[in-house]
Amino acid sequence: MRKNRTILPEMYLVLLLILLYLPIIVVVVYSFNDSKLFQWSGFTLDWYRELLDNKNIQQAFWNSIELAVISSVMAATLGTVGAVAMAGRHFKAKGLIENVATIPIMIPEIILGMAYLAFFTLLKIPFGMITLVLAHTTFCVPYIYINVKARLAGLDPSIGEAALDLGASRRRMFFDITLPMIAPAIASGTMLAFAMSMDDVVISFFATGAETNTLPLQIYSMLKMGVTPEINAICTLMLGAVFLIVALSRLVRLRRRTG
Amino acid sequence: MEEQILSIEHISKSFGEVHALKDVSLQVRKGEFLTLLGPSGCGKTTTLRIIAGLETPDEGKVFLQGQDVTNWEPNKRNVNTVFQNYALFPHMNVAANIGYGLKLRKVPKGEISRRVEEMLQLVQLPGYDKRMPSQLSGGQRQRVAIARSLINNPAVLLLDEPLGALDLQLRRQMQGELKRLQKQLEITFIYITHDQEEALNMSDRIGVMNAGHIEQLDAPEEIYERPKTRFAAEFIGQSNIFSAVVRRACGDGTLVLDFAGGTILAKGEGTPGEQVTLSVRTERVRFGQSPAQGFDLQGTVQEHNYTGGLLRTTLLLPDGQTLTVSGMGGGTDRAQVGDQVQIHWNPACSVIVERGEIHAPERACETVQG
Repeated sequence: MRKNRTILPEMYLVLLLILLYLPIIVVVVYSFNDSKLFQWSGFTLDWYRELLDNKNIQQAFWNSIELAVISSVMAATLGTVGAVAMAGRHFKAKGLIENVATIPIMIPEIILGMAYLAFFTLLKIPFGMITLVLAHTTFCVPYIYINVKARLAGLDPSIGEAALDLGASRRRMFFDITLPMIAPAIASGTMLAFAMSMDDVVISFFATGAETNTLPLQIYSMLKMGVTPEINAICTLMLGAVFLIVALSRLVRLRRRTG
Repeated sequence: MEEQILSIEHISKSFGEVHALKDVSLQVRKGEFLTLLGPSGCGKTTTLRIIAGLETPDEGKVFLQGQDVTNWEPNKRNVNTVFQNYALFPHMNVAANIGYGLKLRKVPKGEISRRVEEMLQLVQLPGYDKRMPSQLSGGQRQRVAIARSLINNPAVLLLDEPLGALDLQLRRQMQGELKRLQKQLEITFIYITHDQEEALNMSDRIGVMNAGHIEQLDAPEEIYERPKTRFAAEFIGQSNIFSAVVRRACGDGTLVLDFAGGTILAKGEGTPGEQVTLSVRTERVRFGQSPAQGFDLQGTVQEHNYTGGLLRTTLLLPDGQTLTVSGMGGGTDRAQVGDQVQIHWNPACSVIVERGEIHAPERACETVQG
């Protein structure tokens, strides 16, 4: 083979990474900028201090956490139970049902949001945390369902049978054998659902009431006034949280592979 | 007769269109080592799973120690299984795996760890209690799987090709150990394999299975020396299988038959003029310069095949059929290719495996490798 290596692939990679991360880096850097303007005028933590004093943002943050925790845990329960139940059954409409159950991932959020709005209005459910939780749980279920289903499909059925054979009831088999083996899939699915819920704007916009604000909605409404360093500070904090969650999720996966 | 521990009566099982088992009955004696031997898909694993309770038969009944357990859940049956791929619990260490059966029975912790220690001694893995299954070799996993299934003192231990994934040397060693365990613990073993050598050297009795039924259930020697069906003769060992026509029956149970333009003898029953299928083990066929009493069969040495311990010789008969002979290859008096020889064998070694069927002459003789 002729030696015609160029630095083109490396350049491409660097360019791509710059495109991806430059805007993010700018946000992080400006969150420490001691000026409301776009020139750099020294390092400060003022914007973070201001965040701590802003009750609206704090309220929105805790709302988001509450929403993400409740809906990802509920979605984890529903998705896991569904995947386990479906794994043990074989019937004609199974493929159809599984497809229908996971399609919401592909439906545009704006349509889902409008659907929730219309549906909750129809049922006369007061808009607020309850409707947010219902909406987020619903759109998070497929992520857990798919994750757990894939893990279950990879399990050797004779491991469960061995437990039955040794004297376990089916219930005991589930808690002693199946659940520990699918736990990593549930955990990584739940983290994904948590992240999806945490950063959702569109669906929350339709599903929330006047009283309840989530962090992304709060940021969105603040943006209408222009990009302030305060927003940069929130975004930096959220980025940090996201990187932490991603790292945790990788760690779980790594342990599953070696364990 | 000895005491029966397990009895299967007229079991049938289908999976969709596939009839996995057709009217299978089997009586297992207490303390015996019974092997179900057959090619893949013959229904042996299904039989085992029905005994374990992991499948429910469409028809028929399973009796364990005199009780009808056909519809019992697997966790209620006093049988345990060693699965083909070990099926160890990957998230539990060796001690937790082995002790799981006792934990389910709410045995006190101290008692469990004492019994686990005992089992580890028994399968020669002392000190491995804290290891995870992923840290064990194939042979060690197998031992853990055996220990785990023995700890409940099952009335019957079911083993589904337990050595299938091991290499040849380890397999031989484990065969010996399994046999030792079985004698020592006096537990009834039902063992599944498709390896005839394994079946022959471990079993008290072998059930040869084919296409969802048991072809023959006998002691290993009986299975080998006197196969009752063509399948049994073909599947185990190497046989010459050919058809011959009964000329006359002598009073002492000896038949005189026409075969390939000559005369051969067999033990068995037949009426003159009847066409029968005979099986003769390749190592029972003799040939030389002088004919043996009663035999009149000529052949030409066609080729020799050296296969290590054995020399396999192909003999061409006057009508174009061939016979395969296997023997020790070391002799100096071995016939040269092209030599005319007289062929004979002990009449008791020609076993009638089919009666009264008409075979086309050109298909009448074939050598089957087991």
